[in-house]
Amino acid sequence: MANTSSSASRSLPIVLGLALLAAMIAVPLVAPRAVTQDLFGILTLLVLAMNWNMLAGFAGLVSVGQQAFVGIGAYVMFAAVILWGFDPLVGVLLGGVGAALFAIPMAFFAFRLHGAYFAIGTWVVADISRLAAGQYKALGGGTGTSLPKGTTKDMFGVQFLKDLLDVSSAAAADAMTYWLALALAVVMLVASYLFLRSRAGLGLQAIRDNMQAARAVGVDPLRLKASVFLLTAFGTGLCGALIFIQITRVTPDAAFSVLDWTAFVIFVVVIGGIGTLPGPIIGVIVFYILQRLLADYGTLYLIVLGALGIVVMLFSRSGLWGTFSAKTGIDPFPLSHRPPASLRVQPVPSKAVKA
Amino acid sequence: MTALLDIRGLTANYGDFQALFGVDLHLDAGETVAIIGANGAGKTTLMRAITGIVRPKGQIDLDGKTMTRLAAPDVLQQGIAMVPEARKLFPSLSVEENLLIGAHTRKGNGVWNLETIYALFPILQERRHNPGTALSGGQQQMVAIGRALMSNPRVLLCDEISLGLAPVVIRDIYAAVPKIKASGTSIIVVEQDIGQALKIADRVYCMMEGRVTLTGTPATLTRAAIHDAYFGVTP
Amino acid sequence: MNLLDTLVQGILLGGLYALFAAGLSLVFGIMRLVNLAHGDMIVMAAYLILGVMNLLGLHPFVAVLIAAPLMFAVGWALQTYVLNRVLGDDILPPLLVTFGLSVVIQNSLLQSFSADSQKLTAGAIEAKSLALGPIAVGVMPLLTLVSAVAVIFALNQLFYRTALGRAFRATSDDATTAQLMGIRPQSVFAMATGIAMVVATIAALYLGTRANFDPSIGPARLLYAFEAVIIGGLGSLWGTLAGGIVIGVAQAFGAVINPEWQILAGHVAFVAILLLRPRGLFPRAND
Repeated sequence: MANTSSSASRSLPIVLGLALLAAMIAVPLVAPRAVTQDLFGILTLLVLAMNWNMLAGFAGLVSVGQQAFVGIGAYVMFAAVILWGFDPLVGVLLGGVGAALFAIPMAFFAFRLHGAYFAIGTWVVADISRLAAGQYKALGGGTGTSLPKGTTKDMFGVQFLKDLLDVSSAAAADAMTYWLALALAVVMLVASYLFLRSRAGLGLQAIRDNMQAARAVGVDPLRLKASVFLLTAFGTGLCGALIFIQITRVTPDAAFSVLDWTAFVIFVVVIGGIGTLPGPIIGVIVFYILQRLLADYGTLYLIVLGALGIVVMLFSRSGLWGTFSAKTGIDPFPLSHRPPASLRVQPVPSKAVKA
Repeated sequence: MTALLDIRGLTANYGDFQALFGVDLHLDAGETVAIIGANGAGKTTLMRAITGIVRPKGQIDLDGKTMTRLAAPDVLQQGIAMVPEARKLFPSLSVEENLLIGAHTRKGNGVWNLETIYALFPILQERRHNPGTALSGGQQQMVAIGRALMSNPRVLLCDEISLGLAPVVIRDIYAAVPKIKASGTSIIVVEQDIGQALKIADRVYCMMEGRVTLTGTPATLTRAAIHDAYFGVTP
Repeated sequence: MNLLDTLVQGILLGGLYALFAAGLSLVFGIMRLVNLAHGDMIVMAAYLILGVMNLLGLHPFVAVLIAAPLMFAVGWALQTYVLNRVLGDDILPPLLVTFGLSVVIQNSLLQSFSADSQKLTAGAIEAKSLALGPIAVGVMPLLTLVSAVAVIFALNQLFYRTALGRAFRATSDDATTAQLMGIRPQSVFAMATGIAMVVATIAALYLGTRANFDPSIGPARLLYAFEAVIIGGLGSLWGTLAGGIVIGVAQAFGAVINPEWQILAGHVAFVAILLLRPRGLFPRAND
């Protein structure tokens, strides 16, 4: 198992990554609008997947309620724009904050539960938030509401982009949200990597593996899990708000959809490789390829997705990336540590006893 | 005469850790054999390997039939039953139900049934409807032994049945062993208590660090030899 | 009288939820398995009953007698070939596999039967009602509650008075030691899931005759079922009945205050009870 990373093998992925990033940034400038919109969908799904992966794969908190934060992020953003007159981008930020605030009472309740109870508990709370949003008459109640026409045109930065790139305001708005999604994805990826390599991150993985032992060496599981829960709520809320700027119409069922914001996310993470950093990336790519291939087949697409998830769990629990990485030893985001040289132990020959 | 239970060259691992290093052991029909050794000597691992909870390499034959790679339920079917270390009674079952479950898949053809077990351990009949674990340690041990006997096994493995019990209670429990022997069951007793082992066994094996270090009859083994084999010879 | 009427309707609704939950409780209690596809399997059973009805021209009460053993086989096969492979200490694999199963079942039903609402027509009995004192009680809802009680009674008898039930409890306590008794946990689990599917078929009968159903209603039923199981407490079937009734009554009172608050009221009751008793009302002592 080759986990040592020499400086040569570490710089290649970084160079490749930067090249890819540059290409991604250039997309709205060179590619047709449809491509930008597609990639926006991929990037936002990736952000949701990375958040859930951090929560379930690294912190061991298997939540089936992240759709609550997508919905709250969306609804707070809509309220910010429609009711309080804020710029949609400010609304996105407020959406993230709103989701994080909701995460506090949700955690207070859910953390009293464990394992399967925790999963169901988060689902119930998410359903409560869906039903509550449906009671919010100011935003359309059960039938929801739309962003007023021209909202995205007046978004911060759109006018500037429109002039700079000489495109329609709609295209400029697409570019804006795309770059924001890209920024969110990159920040999430880098932040996850740095966090998991830090002491806190090590503690988190220790908790995931064996909570008793982790406590015994001074790790505080509750604080760590709560922090991860709140932070992923924030990230998911930001993403949710951003998604609904593009969709422009919000309804309780759409904003809090278990299928779109949790089921798909879970599949992406599982198929890609749960508990690994590249996993969600691989998973999102597979997801989109499948979607393109089976776009005309509606329900068949979902059946294939579901069956694929089952097969992966039955035969290859570490997912596509996990299996690949185990077989080839390639790991551009190594999360393991080597002990310092002074502490490395020499193997001791065992004493044989003559009968 | 071929042995009833014949074990040759048995090795067993827990992941990367090797627990048994080529153990040879046999049990003749009607015999009582004791295995003694300190903690970590591999005695319980040996028991688990015989009963199929741990999958060993080597050879285990019961009456000439190869049993080495059998899974635990099949081993029980063939007639080897174990009284597990720490009793492992089922908390959701009453005393009587714990006994009954011993005969769930194999009733065998021997003398042991609910009636005769209650005759062996009368106190259990009084407590038959108590939850299995709501008993004193000694009584729980009786239930565990009774449960194993209910399948009328040909070989009974007793893993540390004196563990955690007062000497008076241990005496009562071991008083049952001759009666079990008289019913035709061959017995292997794993013990840390050397004195008790020597009292009831026809032959003794001593283990240390996964190997058999000494074997013989109680009469022929000196205390010194046992001591050395138990703890290891210091250079 | 309004209060009493609401209470009675809530209890009757609770009977249906208890039926949804009973199979789940059995499986969850024995093998700690969270079957996220349970609701969809109830819906699948409803479609099976419908199919048998249409194919053989039978009344739903008779069709269920044919559908039940078929569903037993489905459950048995599912456990043996799929779920037994993922059971273990980690809760994630079974959760994800059953999640996948849920999606596959829903969409397969959609593919085969379209999204049109269906109903199991039981005939004139659906409109009949009994007078219980000052309250008029529908015969079908009453039958549902009676069936729920009967099913749970039967399951308890199975659990506590039969050899199979002993094997269920022993395996649930300690699967390794159960193997030392000659019990094969995999077979025990398969039996349990098979039985759970029979209960699910009975639940499907009452679900389908009470209201319209379509492929998408599974997950909501699952949620109510789980709420009932969790409120009741792990391992207690009568607790599951109590849990179902709690949810039913909460929903009934919620609906009376405001029809849009029905489901919300059930959820709020769930959260409230768990805040006070995180392990439910009647949890087993040893968990």
